[in-house]
Amino acid sequence: MSSAKNININLKIWRQKNAKAKGSMETYKLNNVSTASSFLEMLDQLNEQLINEKKEPVAFDHDCREGICGMCSLYINGRAHGPDTGTTTCQLHMRKFNDGDTIFIEPWRSKAFPVVKDLVVDRSAFDRIQQAGGFVSVNTSGRTIDANAIPIPKEDADKAFMAAACIGCGACVASCKNGSAMLFVGAKVSQYALLPQGKVEATQRVLNMVRQMDEEGFGNCTNTGACEVECPKGISLENIARMNREYLKASLK
Amino acid sequence: MKLDSKIPEGHISKKWTDYKDHLKLVAPNNRPKIDIIVVGTGLAGASAAASLGEMGYNVKAFCYQDSPRRAHSIAAQGGINAAKNYQNDGDSVFRLFYDTIKGGDYRAREANVHRLAEVSSNIIDQCVAQGVPFAREYGGLLDNRSFGGTQVQRTFYAAGQTGQQLLLGAYSALSRQIGLGRVKMFNRHEMLDLVKVDGKARGIIARNLITGELERHSAHAVIIATGGYGNVYFLSTNAMGSNVTAGWKIHKQGALFANPCFVQIHPTCIPVHGTNQAKLTLMSESLRNSGRIWVPKKKEDAAAIREGKLKPTQIAEEDRDYYLERKYPSFGNLAPRDISSRAAKEVCDAGHGIESNDTNEGVYLDFSSEIQNKGKQSAYAKGNHNPTQEEITKLGKQWLEEKYGNLFAMYQKITDENPYETPMKIYPAVHYTMGGVWVDYNLQSTIPGCFVAGEANFSDHGANRLGASALMQGLADGYFVLPYTVSNYLADEIRTGKISTETQEFIDAENNVKNTIDRFLNNNGTKSVDHFHKRLGLIMWNKVGMGRNEAGLKQAIEEIAALKEEFYKEVRVPGSSDELNPELEKALRVADFIDLGQLMAMDALQRKESCGGHFREEYQDAEGETLRDDENFSFVSAWQYNGNDITKEELHKEELKYEFIKIAARNYK
Repeated sequence: MSSAKNININLKIWRQKNAKAKGSMETYKLNNVSTASSFLEMLDQLNEQLINEKKEPVAFDHDCREGICGMCSLYINGRAHGPDTGTTTCQLHMRKFNDGDTIFIEPWRSKAFPVVKDLVVDRSAFDRIQQAGGFVSVNTSGRTIDANAIPIPKEDADKAFMAAACIGCGACVASCKNGSAMLFVGAKVSQYALLPQGKVEATQRVLNMVRQMDEEGFGNCTNTGACEVECPKGISLENIARMNREYLKASLK
Repeated sequence: MKLDSKIPEGHISKKWTDYKDHLKLVAPNNRPKIDIIVVGTGLAGASAAASLGEMGYNVKAFCYQDSPRRAHSIAAQGGINAAKNYQNDGDSVFRLFYDTIKGGDYRAREANVHRLAEVSSNIIDQCVAQGVPFAREYGGLLDNRSFGGTQVQRTFYAAGQTGQQLLLGAYSALSRQIGLGRVKMFNRHEMLDLVKVDGKARGIIARNLITGELERHSAHAVIIATGGYGNVYFLSTNAMGSNVTAGWKIHKQGALFANPCFVQIHPTCIPVHGTNQAKLTLMSESLRNSGRIWVPKKKEDAAAIREGKLKPTQIAEEDRDYYLERKYPSFGNLAPRDISSRAAKEVCDAGHGIESNDTNEGVYLDFSSEIQNKGKQSAYAKGNHNPTQEEITKLGKQWLEEKYGNLFAMYQKITDENPYETPMKIYPAVHYTMGGVWVDYNLQSTIPGCFVAGEANFSDHGANRLGASALMQGLADGYFVLPYTVSNYLADEIRTGKISTETQEFIDAENNVKNTIDRFLNNNGTKSVDHFHKRLGLIMWNKVGMGRNEAGLKQAIEEIAALKEEFYKEVRVPGSSDELNPELEKALRVADFIDLGQLMAMDALQRKESCGGHFREEYQDAEGETLRDDENFSFVSAWQYNGNDITKEELHKEELKYEFIKIAARNYK
């Protein structure tokens, strides 16, 4: 793009050999970074430099680089996915930084997300919560009822979609002082609670998912709201409230 | 080798039903004795693993990402086709079948495509039952929109995140089976070889990407659902980790590779910004429902825009060339992808490109007309029959935001420009690969017991895929085809018993993988893996890209051979084998891309015709459209591996027969 220029930056990056090793912040200098580059392209450039200097490149998670797979993470200057709002790290661009800036890059920090190496963490706890109840128990058949047999009010469908837009990146957990996963779980519970297809198993679903969430070591919600602020997909706190109502309803049955 | 496509006899509309009725079954009590491996957890892999798990088989599923939910199906934006005819605009199974065959420029198999159209409706029913939140109208019923290459509204969608919602649906079904213990999931594992015993697929060697450990896994059938190979171009809309390794490993073991040169270059992607770029981003085809594509008629205007002296909004209506509307009036901005991409290249090659980068390659996708149209409609719907210009513009923008909000936001993040105010800049980029592992009607490769599904196979899209058909195919294969055809194969395996991983075949396969890894780590070269990958990508884009010719293809074959030699001599892979080592993962993948790239050039060279996305400059009509040669090239090219020198691969041909569709020149004018 025509407005792009090159900047020089300093990087302070968390390096940790593996899950058991002790980590530390290391300093790197990187020159000629185009402001049109994405943040991860900047890290690619750093790794190319490190490989050429016969040093170990920095490990970080990433895949689609379109802000949808949820694989990228990173705590950048003390914020999940960096300074931009409504953005995953892969969609953060270097035009948000200035020449001479020092940028701090750390992994997600949470008991339930142990560091695997450098900036890579293990988020399989999210998968296990989903396996505990994040589904409708319908087998593949091709003989379910016609898709238009049950009309669903547009407003409900839209709300369910907005909850289902969660990408499972874990920024909510990383941003929460309690390491709570309530926004993630609340979004999944809400998607199904808002749709007639999800009503049948509503009671068991919320109980099972919350039980698994607790077992994984995630903390409790104290309504700080940091999760909503840092969520790259704008998942609303409403979903936590809805989950709480669902949980209460299920517990009283 | 004789290729048997195993297409059943009978009328096209009865083939699948009759065939299914006569397939062999495995009784429920026998299924737990049988192991199945599924590699890849995108739409095809996740739906296959979930369905087979539900049936009672022991399934092991593998993905290289940290969770099955990350597979790149998740990035599909626009929608999924189904012949529901909810809009009462004349759609039917036959029409979806016909559009897909025609869209593929008559290079796909009739029987497979008809089956796809038949099960399309079941897919929507299944997904809604799973709680997939598709877009709805105010009456509560499902909404539809149009996609390229069709004249009906048959595309179901969830904003610009249809792939995400469908994948999360399949992931939820898969998660349920994992929770029930019917599927064992191996995240962060990469398949690095297929193990054959007595000619049959019997297992895989997988690397645990965290510990580096090589693992042997045995099974009675192996399903490869690992997506496409667009990353052979380095820059593409694929995920960074998308790769051809699983498909290439089975190719080396005897599975033929079909139509490798059929690549889809998608017309609407964000243009390249510079040399450090690692990937390209798609702007959904659905935007062509609302956006008009144009470039300045005058070259001096284009130059002034590139220099920043003029803004697109300053170009008068009569000085704009809406070239798709001009050339293809009946389909207009919704012409198929291959045609739209080539048209963009043509106007840019002629000096009308508007992007200020090294190549000037970019055209406009303009929403200003739609803002006016929809703004007026919205005002009327609200009872305001005399809206001011300001009200119209405001309502029009609101309408766009509701339809495409996430895409517009993504565009703005990447380019720092506001597409509500100024037209988007777009240019074609590599997006999808129609070619893939050759499979028969059962989706079985030429290796017994090794099935291939989704984008990884070649079967349904011919030489060009229509929009919103990839999601359809992935789910059709996984939910509604493989459960039948894999069971038919497994019916003969109920007495086999557990397959040992201690046999010589497994030991040899593991040693081979280990040697390859050690060779890279001990190579001590001077250049990074990306260095080679980028060079491969440039050769591919320039010579095996949107326009191809004999001289260029011959050069590409030689240049890739030289690159391969240099790669093995000079590549530097840091770190060790017993840890998370992304550079090692990349090296193993790029090694396979280099081989594949050469085969793609060979395939493009032998196909002396133009069809779909394969445009040989020597074969075009007077108006610059593709010129097919049905007499000599109405076949699937299927390549057989023949050792490390790829130029020695042997070409087999599967003749394509059109019994139910009259083959004609493709016309969208």
